[in-house]
Amino acid sequence: MLDGLQLLGQNAIGFFQRLGRGHILFIAILAGIPELLARFRLVIQQVYSVGVLSLVIILVSGLFVGMVLGLQGYNTLVDFGAEESLGIMVALSLVRELGPVVTALLFAGRAGSALTAEIGLMKATDQLSAMEMMAVDPIRRVLTPRFLAGFISMPLLAAIFSAVGVLGGALVGVGLLGVDEGAFWSQMQDRVDLHEDIYNGVIKSLVFGVVVTWIAVFEGYDCVPTSEGVSRATTRTVVHSALAVLGLDFILTALMFGED
Amino acid sequence: MTTRLTEIWVGVFVAAGMAALFMLAMKVSNLSTYNEGDGYLVTARFEDISGLKERSPVTMAGVRIGRVKSIDFDNDALQAVVTMRIDTRHNTLPKDTSASIYTAGLLGEKYVGLEPGGDDKSLKQGDVVKLTQDSLVLEKLIGQFVTKLLENDNDKEGTK
Repeated sequence: MLDGLQLLGQNAIGFFQRLGRGHILFIAILAGIPELLARFRLVIQQVYSVGVLSLVIILVSGLFVGMVLGLQGYNTLVDFGAEESLGIMVALSLVRELGPVVTALLFAGRAGSALTAEIGLMKATDQLSAMEMMAVDPIRRVLTPRFLAGFISMPLLAAIFSAVGVLGGALVGVGLLGVDEGAFWSQMQDRVDLHEDIYNGVIKSLVFGVVVTWIAVFEGYDCVPTSEGVSRATTRTVVHSALAVLGLDFILTALMFGED
Repeated sequence: MTTRLTEIWVGVFVAAGMAALFMLAMKVSNLSTYNEGDGYLVTARFEDISGLKERSPVTMAGVRIGRVKSIDFDNDALQAVVTMRIDTRHNTLPKDTSASIYTAGLLGEKYVGLEPGGDDKSLKQGDVVKLTQDSLVLEKLIGQFVTKLLENDNDKEGTK
Protein backbone atom coordinates (compact mmCIF):
# COMPACT_ATOMS: atom_id res chain seq x y z
CA MET A 1 0.00 0.00 0.00
CA LEU A 2 2.64 2.49 1.11
CA ASP A 3 4.94 1.22 -1.61
CA GLY A 4 2.26 1.93 -4.17
CA LEU A 5 1.79 5.45 -2.84
CA GLN A 6 5.53 5.99 -2.85
CA LEU A 7 5.74 4.84 -6.46
CA LEU A 8 2.95 7.23 -7.40
CA GLY A 9 4.67 10.09 -5.62
CA GLN A 10 7.98 9.22 -7.23
CA ASN A 11 6.45 9.23 -10.67
CA ALA A 12 4.63 12.51 -10.06
CA ILE A 13 7.77 14.21 -8.76
CA GLY A 14 9.76 12.80 -11.68
CA PHE A 15 7.18 14.10 -14.14
CA PHE A 16 7.23 17.61 -12.71
CA GLN A 17 11.01 17.59 -12.52
CA ARG A 18 11.18 16.70 -16.18
CA LEU A 19 8.64 19.37 -16.98
CA GLY A 20 10.65 21.93 -15.04
CA ARG A 21 13.93 20.90 -16.70
CA GLY A 22 12.21 21.16 -20.05
CA HIS A 23 11.10 24.74 -19.38
CA ILE A 24 14.49 25.78 -17.98
CA LEU A 25 16.12 24.35 -21.10
CA PHE A 26 13.59 26.18 -23.26
CA ILE A 27 14.48 29.50 -21.64
CA ALA A 28 18.20 28.75 -21.96
CA ILE A 29 17.70 27.98 -25.66
CA LEU A 30 15.78 31.20 -26.23
CA ALA A 31 18.46 33.17 -24.37
CA GLY A 32 21.01 31.94 -26.91
CA ILE A 33 19.14 33.27 -29.94
CA PRO A 34 20.48 36.89 -30.00
CA GLU A 35 24.05 35.65 -29.85
CA LEU A 36 23.33 33.12 -32.56
CA LEU A 37 22.14 35.74 -35.03
CA ALA A 38 25.74 36.87 -35.33
CA ARG A 39 26.75 33.35 -36.42
CA PHE A 40 23.83 32.49 -38.60
CA ARG A 41 25.84 29.94 -40.58
CA LEU A 42 25.26 27.43 -37.78
CA VAL A 43 21.51 27.76 -38.30
CA ILE A 44 21.81 27.38 -42.07
CA GLN A 45 23.62 24.07 -41.64
CA GLN A 46 20.82 22.88 -39.39
CA VAL A 47 18.10 24.12 -41.74
CA TYR A 48 19.75 21.93 -44.32
CA SER A 49 19.61 18.78 -42.20
CA VAL A 50 16.21 19.54 -40.65
CA GLY A 51 14.38 21.19 -43.53
CA VAL A 52 15.99 20.41 -46.87
CA LEU A 53 16.41 16.73 -46.12
CA SER A 54 12.71 16.54 -45.14
CA LEU A 55 11.65 18.04 -48.46
CA VAL A 56 11.28 14.77 -50.36
CA ILE A 57 8.97 13.11 -47.84
CA ILE A 58 6.92 16.32 -47.53
CA LEU A 59 6.58 16.74 -51.29
CA VAL A 60 5.60 13.13 -51.93
CA SER A 61 3.14 12.86 -49.03
CA GLY A 62 1.66 16.28 -49.81
CA LEU A 63 1.01 15.24 -53.39
CA PHE A 64 -0.60 11.96 -52.39
CA VAL A 65 -2.68 13.43 -49.57
CA GLY A 66 -4.00 16.04 -52.00
CA MET A 67 -4.77 13.41 -54.61
CA VAL A 68 -6.60 11.21 -52.11
CA LEU A 69 -8.57 14.22 -50.85
CA GLY A 70 -9.54 14.94 -54.45
CA LEU A 71 -10.72 11.38 -55.06
CA GLN A 72 -12.59 10.95 -51.79
CA GLY A 73 -14.08 14.41 -51.85
CA TYR A 74 -15.31 13.92 -55.39
CA ASN A 75 -17.02 10.66 -54.53
CA THR A 76 -18.91 12.31 -51.68
CA LEU A 77 -19.67 15.62 -53.35
CA VAL A 78 -20.89 14.12 -56.62
CA ASP A 79 -23.86 12.61 -54.74
CA PHE A 80 -25.01 16.15 -53.95
CA GLY A 81 -24.20 17.46 -57.39
CA ALA A 82 -21.69 19.76 -55.77
CA GLU A 83 -18.47 18.50 -57.36
CA GLU A 84 -17.55 22.11 -58.20
CA SER A 85 -16.96 22.61 -54.47
CA LEU A 86 -14.13 20.09 -54.60
CA GLY A 87 -11.58 22.90 -54.74
CA ILE A 88 -12.92 24.46 -51.54
CA MET A 89 -12.90 21.15 -49.75
CA VAL A 90 -9.37 20.21 -50.77
CA ALA A 91 -7.92 23.66 -50.10
CA LEU A 92 -9.62 24.25 -46.77
CA SER A 93 -8.83 20.85 -45.33
CA LEU A 94 -5.20 21.17 -46.43
CA VAL A 95 -4.59 24.76 -45.39
CA ARG A 96 -6.44 24.61 -42.10
CA GLU A 97 -5.70 21.12 -40.83
CA LEU A 98 -3.81 18.56 -42.84
CA GLY A 99 -1.00 20.83 -43.96
CA PRO A 100 0.22 21.85 -40.50
CA VAL A 101 -0.72 18.60 -38.71
CA VAL A 102 0.56 15.99 -41.16
CA THR A 103 3.69 18.04 -41.78
CA ALA A 104 4.32 18.24 -38.03
CA LEU A 105 3.84 14.48 -37.66
CA LEU A 106 6.18 13.73 -40.56
CA PHE A 107 8.60 16.34 -39.27
CA ALA A 108 8.64 14.69 -35.84
CA GLY A 109 9.34 11.33 -37.45
CA ARG A 110 11.91 12.51 -39.95
CA ALA A 111 13.70 15.43 -38.28
CA GLY A 112 12.71 15.25 -34.60
CA SER A 113 13.92 11.70 -34.10
CA ALA A 114 17.19 12.51 -35.89
CA LEU A 115 17.74 15.53 -33.65
CA THR A 116 17.16 13.50 -30.50
CA ALA A 117 19.41 10.69 -31.62
CA GLU A 118 22.17 13.10 -32.62
CA ILE A 119 22.11 15.08 -29.38
CA GLY A 120 21.65 11.93 -27.29
CA LEU A 121 24.68 10.32 -28.93
CA MET A 122 26.69 13.48 -28.38
CA LYS A 123 25.81 13.21 -24.71
CA ALA A 124 26.50 9.47 -24.54
CA THR A 125 29.92 9.92 -26.13
CA ASP A 126 30.71 12.85 -23.79
CA GLN A 127 30.95 15.37 -26.61
CA LEU A 128 28.71 17.76 -24.70
CA SER A 129 30.88 17.48 -21.57
CA ALA A 130 33.95 18.03 -23.74
CA MET A 131 32.44 21.24 -25.04
CA GLU A 132 31.77 22.39 -21.51
CA MET A 133 35.41 21.65 -20.66
CA MET A 134 36.41 23.96 -23.50
CA ALA A 135 34.10 26.65 -22.05
CA VAL A 136 31.70 26.29 -24.97
CA ASP A 137 28.08 26.29 -23.83
CA PRO A 138 26.59 23.18 -25.50
CA ILE A 139 23.10 24.65 -25.24
CA ARG A 140 24.03 27.69 -27.27
CA ARG A 141 26.38 25.87 -29.62
CA VAL A 142 24.31 22.72 -30.28
CA LEU A 143 20.72 23.13 -29.14
CA THR A 144 19.80 26.71 -30.07
CA PRO A 145 20.76 26.43 -33.77
CA ARG A 146 18.78 23.21 -34.07
CA PHE A 147 15.77 24.73 -32.35
CA LEU A 148 15.83 27.83 -34.53
CA ALA A 149 16.22 25.68 -37.64
CA GLY A 150 13.11 23.72 -36.71
CA PHE A 151 11.21 26.93 -36.05
CA ILE A 152 12.17 28.26 -39.50
CA SER A 153 11.67 25.01 -41.41
CA MET A 154 8.27 23.91 -40.11
CA PRO A 155 6.11 26.72 -41.59
CA LEU A 156 7.97 26.50 -44.90
CA LEU A 157 7.48 22.74 -45.03
CA ALA A 158 3.80 23.09 -44.12
CA ALA A 159 3.28 25.70 -46.84
CA ILE A 160 5.00 23.46 -49.39
CA PHE A 161 2.87 20.52 -48.23
CA SER A 162 -0.37 22.49 -48.63
CA ALA A 163 0.59 23.96 -52.00
CA VAL A 164 1.64 20.59 -53.43
CA GLY A 165 -1.51 19.04 -51.94
CA VAL A 166 -3.75 21.59 -53.66
CA LEU A 167 -1.94 20.89 -56.93
CA GLY A 168 -2.42 17.15 -56.36
CA GLY A 169 -6.12 17.70 -55.70
CA ALA A 170 -6.38 19.74 -58.88
CA LEU A 171 -4.51 17.05 -60.79
CA VAL A 172 -7.02 14.38 -59.77
CA GLY A 173 -10.13 16.57 -59.67
CA VAL A 174 -9.61 18.52 -62.88
CA GLY A 175 -7.36 16.17 -64.81
CA LEU A 176 -8.78 12.79 -63.95
CA LEU A 177 -12.37 13.27 -62.79
CA GLY A 178 -13.29 16.16 -65.06
CA VAL A 179 -14.33 18.86 -62.59
CA ASP A 180 -14.49 22.18 -64.41
CA GLU A 181 -11.14 23.89 -64.00
CA GLY A 182 -12.55 27.40 -63.72
CA ALA A 183 -15.10 26.39 -61.07
CA PHE A 184 -12.45 24.48 -59.12
CA TRP A 185 -10.13 27.46 -58.77
CA SER A 186 -12.65 30.28 -58.62
CA GLN A 187 -14.80 28.65 -55.92
CA MET A 188 -11.62 27.94 -53.98
CA GLN A 189 -10.53 31.55 -54.22
CA ASP A 190 -13.97 32.70 -53.26
CA ARG A 191 -14.13 30.75 -50.03
CA VAL A 192 -10.55 30.50 -48.77
CA ASP A 193 -9.73 33.62 -46.78
CA LEU A 194 -6.17 34.87 -46.54
CA HIS A 195 -6.43 35.94 -42.90
CA GLU A 196 -8.92 33.44 -41.59
CA ASP A 197 -7.49 30.34 -43.21
CA ILE A 198 -3.97 30.79 -44.50
CA TYR A 199 -2.54 32.95 -41.72
CA ASN A 200 -4.07 30.69 -39.10
CA GLY A 201 -2.54 27.68 -40.84
CA VAL A 202 0.86 29.36 -40.73
CA ILE A 203 0.42 30.20 -37.04
CA LYS A 204 -0.46 26.58 -36.37
CA SER A 205 2.64 25.33 -38.15
CA LEU A 206 4.82 27.80 -36.23
CA VAL A 207 3.44 26.52 -32.93
CA PHE A 208 3.94 22.91 -34.01
CA GLY A 209 7.48 23.71 -35.12
CA VAL A 210 8.33 25.13 -31.69
CA VAL A 211 6.76 22.23 -29.83
CA VAL A 212 8.21 19.41 -31.94
CA THR A 213 11.76 20.75 -31.98
CA TRP A 214 11.57 21.64 -28.30
CA ILE A 215 10.53 18.10 -27.42
CA ALA A 216 13.17 16.60 -29.72
CA VAL A 217 15.99 18.76 -28.40
CA PHE A 218 14.97 18.28 -24.78
CA GLU A 219 14.65 14.51 -25.05
CA GLY A 220 18.11 14.31 -26.58
CA TYR A 221 19.67 16.60 -24.00
CA ASP A 222 17.90 14.90 -21.09
CA CYS A 223 18.38 11.26 -22.14
CA VAL A 224 20.13 8.58 -20.12
CA PRO A 225 23.57 8.54 -21.77
CA THR A 226 23.56 4.91 -22.84
CA SER A 227 22.62 3.33 -26.14
CA GLU A 228 19.38 2.11 -24.59
CA GLY A 229 18.66 5.56 -23.19
CA VAL A 230 19.18 7.18 -26.60
CA SER A 231 16.83 4.73 -28.27
CA ARG A 232 14.18 5.31 -25.63
CA ALA A 233 14.54 9.06 -25.93
CA THR A 234 14.12 8.82 -29.71
CA THR A 235 10.92 6.82 -29.31
CA ARG A 236 9.62 9.27 -26.72
CA THR A 237 10.30 12.18 -29.06
CA VAL A 238 8.11 10.73 -31.79
CA VAL A 239 5.32 9.64 -29.43
CA HIS A 240 5.23 12.83 -27.36
CA SER A 241 5.50 15.10 -30.39
CA ALA A 242 2.62 13.32 -32.10
CA LEU A 243 0.45 13.55 -29.00
CA ALA A 244 1.36 17.19 -28.38
CA VAL A 245 0.68 18.13 -32.00
CA LEU A 246 -2.72 16.44 -32.10
CA GLY A 247 -3.77 17.83 -28.72
CA LEU A 248 -2.58 21.34 -29.49
CA ASP A 249 -4.24 21.17 -32.88
CA PHE A 250 -7.61 20.70 -31.23
CA ILE A 251 -7.03 23.64 -28.89
CA LEU A 252 -5.78 25.90 -31.68
CA THR A 253 -8.65 24.93 -33.96
CA ALA A 254 -11.15 25.65 -31.20
CA LEU A 255 -9.55 29.03 -30.61
CA MET A 256 -9.26 29.97 -34.29
CA PHE A 257 -12.33 28.57 -35.94
CA GLY A 258 -14.57 27.83 -32.97
CA GLU A 259 -16.52 31.07 -32.97
CA ASP A 260 -18.44 30.90 -36.23
CA MET B 1 32.55 23.60 -51.38
CA THR B 2 30.25 21.50 -49.25
CA THR B 3 29.14 24.51 -47.17
CA ARG B 4 28.40 26.30 -50.42
CA LEU B 5 26.28 23.40 -51.60
CA THR B 6 24.49 23.29 -48.25
CA GLU B 7 23.75 26.97 -48.42
CA ILE B 8 22.48 26.70 -51.98
CA TRP B 9 20.14 23.93 -50.94
CA VAL B 10 18.89 25.93 -47.96
CA GLY B 11 18.33 28.84 -50.34
CA VAL B 12 16.32 26.59 -52.66
CA PHE B 13 14.32 25.31 -49.69
CA VAL B 14 13.50 28.77 -48.34
CA ALA B 15 12.62 30.02 -51.83
CA ALA B 16 10.35 27.00 -52.38
CA GLY B 17 8.64 27.63 -49.04
CA MET B 18 8.10 31.29 -49.87
CA ALA B 19 6.82 30.37 -53.33
CA ALA B 20 4.39 27.91 -51.77
CA LEU B 21 3.09 30.56 -49.37
CA PHE B 22 2.82 33.02 -52.24
CA MET B 23 0.92 30.48 -54.31
CA LEU B 24 -1.45 29.78 -51.42
CA ALA B 25 -2.03 33.51 -50.98
CA MET B 26 -2.54 34.37 -54.64
CA LYS B 27 -3.96 31.26 -56.23
CA VAL B 28 -5.88 29.59 -53.41
CA SER B 29 -7.14 32.45 -51.26
CA ASN B 30 -9.18 35.49 -52.14
CA LEU B 31 -6.26 37.92 -52.03
CA SER B 32 -6.34 38.49 -55.77
CA THR B 33 -10.00 39.49 -55.63
CA TYR B 34 -9.52 41.50 -52.50
CA ASN B 35 -9.41 45.22 -53.08
CA GLU B 36 -10.44 46.69 -49.78
CA GLY B 37 -10.64 50.47 -49.59
CA ASP B 38 -11.10 50.84 -53.31
CA GLY B 39 -14.80 51.60 -53.43
CA TYR B 40 -17.72 53.62 -52.10
CA LEU B 41 -20.16 52.70 -49.35
CA VAL B 42 -23.90 52.38 -49.88
CA THR B 43 -26.40 51.29 -47.25
CA ALA B 44 -29.72 49.51 -47.56
CA ARG B 45 -32.34 48.60 -44.97
CA PHE B 46 -34.03 45.21 -44.89
CA GLU B 47 -36.72 43.65 -42.73
CA ASP B 48 -35.06 40.26 -42.94
CA ILE B 49 -31.59 39.41 -44.12
CA SER B 50 -31.31 35.91 -42.65
CA GLY B 51 -28.31 34.11 -44.12
CA LEU B 52 -26.50 37.20 -45.43
CA LYS B 53 -23.00 37.57 -44.01
CA GLU B 54 -20.24 40.11 -44.07
CA ARG B 55 -18.19 39.76 -47.26
CA SER B 56 -21.13 38.21 -49.13
CA PRO B 57 -21.08 39.28 -52.78
CA VAL B 58 -23.07 42.22 -54.15
CA THR B 59 -24.01 41.66 -57.77
CA MET B 60 -25.72 43.44 -60.61
CA ALA B 61 -26.81 41.51 -63.68
CA GLY B 62 -25.07 38.52 -62.11
CA VAL B 63 -21.66 40.20 -62.05
CA ARG B 64 -20.01 40.80 -58.70
CA ILE B 65 -19.48 44.52 -58.28
CA GLY B 66 -18.85 44.70 -54.53
CA ARG B 67 -19.14 43.03 -51.17
CA VAL B 68 -21.16 43.44 -47.99
CA LYS B 69 -18.96 45.43 -45.62
CA SER B 70 -20.96 45.30 -42.41
CA ILE B 71 -24.35 44.34 -41.07
CA ASP B 72 -25.88 46.32 -38.21
CA PHE B 73 -29.19 46.39 -36.42
CA ASP B 74 -31.17 49.62 -36.13
CA ASN B 75 -32.68 49.67 -32.64
CA ASP B 76 -35.34 52.27 -33.49
CA ALA B 77 -36.65 50.97 -36.78
CA LEU B 78 -35.95 47.33 -35.82
CA GLN B 79 -34.42 46.73 -39.21
CA ALA B 80 -31.18 45.33 -40.50
CA VAL B 81 -28.81 47.92 -41.97
CA VAL B 82 -26.51 46.45 -44.60
CA THR B 83 -23.50 48.50 -45.66
CA MET B 84 -22.11 47.51 -49.06
CA ARG B 85 -18.84 48.48 -50.62
CA ILE B 86 -19.19 48.91 -54.38
CA ASP B 87 -16.07 49.05 -56.54
CA THR B 88 -15.20 52.54 -57.75
CA ARG B 89 -15.16 51.24 -61.34
CA HIS B 90 -18.94 50.83 -61.12
CA ASN B 91 -19.93 54.38 -60.20
CA THR B 92 -22.76 54.79 -62.69
CA LEU B 93 -25.49 52.90 -60.82
CA PRO B 94 -28.74 54.91 -60.98
CA LYS B 95 -29.95 56.51 -57.76
CA ASP B 96 -33.19 54.50 -57.68
CA THR B 97 -31.43 51.15 -57.88
CA SER B 98 -33.22 48.49 -55.83
CA ALA B 99 -31.60 45.80 -53.70
CA SER B 100 -32.84 42.28 -53.03
CA ILE B 101 -31.40 39.34 -51.18
CA TYR B 102 -31.18 36.19 -53.26
CA THR B 103 -29.88 32.69 -52.77
CA ALA B 104 -27.25 31.18 -55.04
CA GLY B 105 -28.72 27.83 -56.04
CA LEU B 106 -31.43 26.18 -53.96
CA LEU B 107 -29.55 26.03 -50.67
CA GLY B 108 -26.50 28.10 -51.51
CA GLU B 109 -25.01 31.25 -50.16
CA LYS B 110 -27.03 34.47 -49.84
CA TYR B 111 -26.02 37.50 -51.87
CA VAL B 112 -27.34 40.99 -52.57
CA GLY B 113 -28.62 41.52 -56.07
CA LEU B 114 -28.99 45.08 -57.33
CA GLU B 115 -31.42 45.98 -60.11
CA PRO B 116 -30.89 49.26 -61.91
CA GLY B 117 -33.59 51.91 -62.01
CA GLY B 118 -33.96 54.75 -64.50
CA ASP B 119 -32.68 57.77 -62.62
CA ASP B 120 -30.13 60.07 -64.30
CA LYS B 121 -28.25 60.72 -61.08
CA SER B 122 -26.00 57.95 -59.79
CA LEU B 123 -25.35 56.46 -56.36
CA LYS B 124 -22.55 58.06 -54.36
CA GLN B 125 -20.67 57.42 -51.13
CA GLY B 126 -23.10 57.29 -48.18
CA ASP B 127 -26.29 57.02 -50.24
CA VAL B 128 -29.15 54.80 -49.16
CA VAL B 129 -30.78 52.27 -51.44
CA LYS B 130 -34.48 52.85 -50.74
CA LEU B 131 -36.18 50.02 -52.58
CA THR B 132 -35.34 46.72 -50.95
CA GLN B 133 -36.71 43.22 -51.02
CA ASP B 134 -36.07 40.84 -48.16
CA SER B 135 -34.41 37.50 -48.03
CA LEU B 136 -36.66 34.61 -48.96
CA VAL B 137 -36.90 32.35 -45.94
CA LEU B 138 -37.71 28.83 -46.98
CA GLU B 139 -39.60 28.05 -43.76
CA LYS B 140 -41.90 31.07 -44.19
CA LEU B 141 -42.53 30.12 -47.80
CA ILE B 142 -43.45 26.57 -46.85
CA GLY B 143 -45.68 27.94 -44.07
CA GLN B 144 -47.54 30.15 -46.53
CA PHE B 145 -47.89 27.28 -48.96
CA VAL B 146 -49.35 25.01 -46.28
CA THR B 147 -51.85 27.66 -45.12
CA LYS B 148 -52.93 28.20 -48.72
CA LEU B 149 -53.40 24.48 -49.13
CA LEU B 150 -55.49 24.27 -45.97
CA GLU B 151 -57.61 27.26 -47.05
CA ASN B 152 -58.29 25.61 -50.40
CA ASP B 153 -59.34 22.42 -48.65
CA ASN B 154 -61.64 24.37 -46.35
CA ASP B 155 -63.16 26.20 -49.33
CA LYS B 156 -63.88 22.92 -51.09
CA GLU B 157 -65.50 21.49 -47.99
CA GLY B 158 -67.60 24.66 -47.69
CA THR B 159 -69.03 24.27 -51.22
CA LYS B 160 -70.05 20.70 -50.62
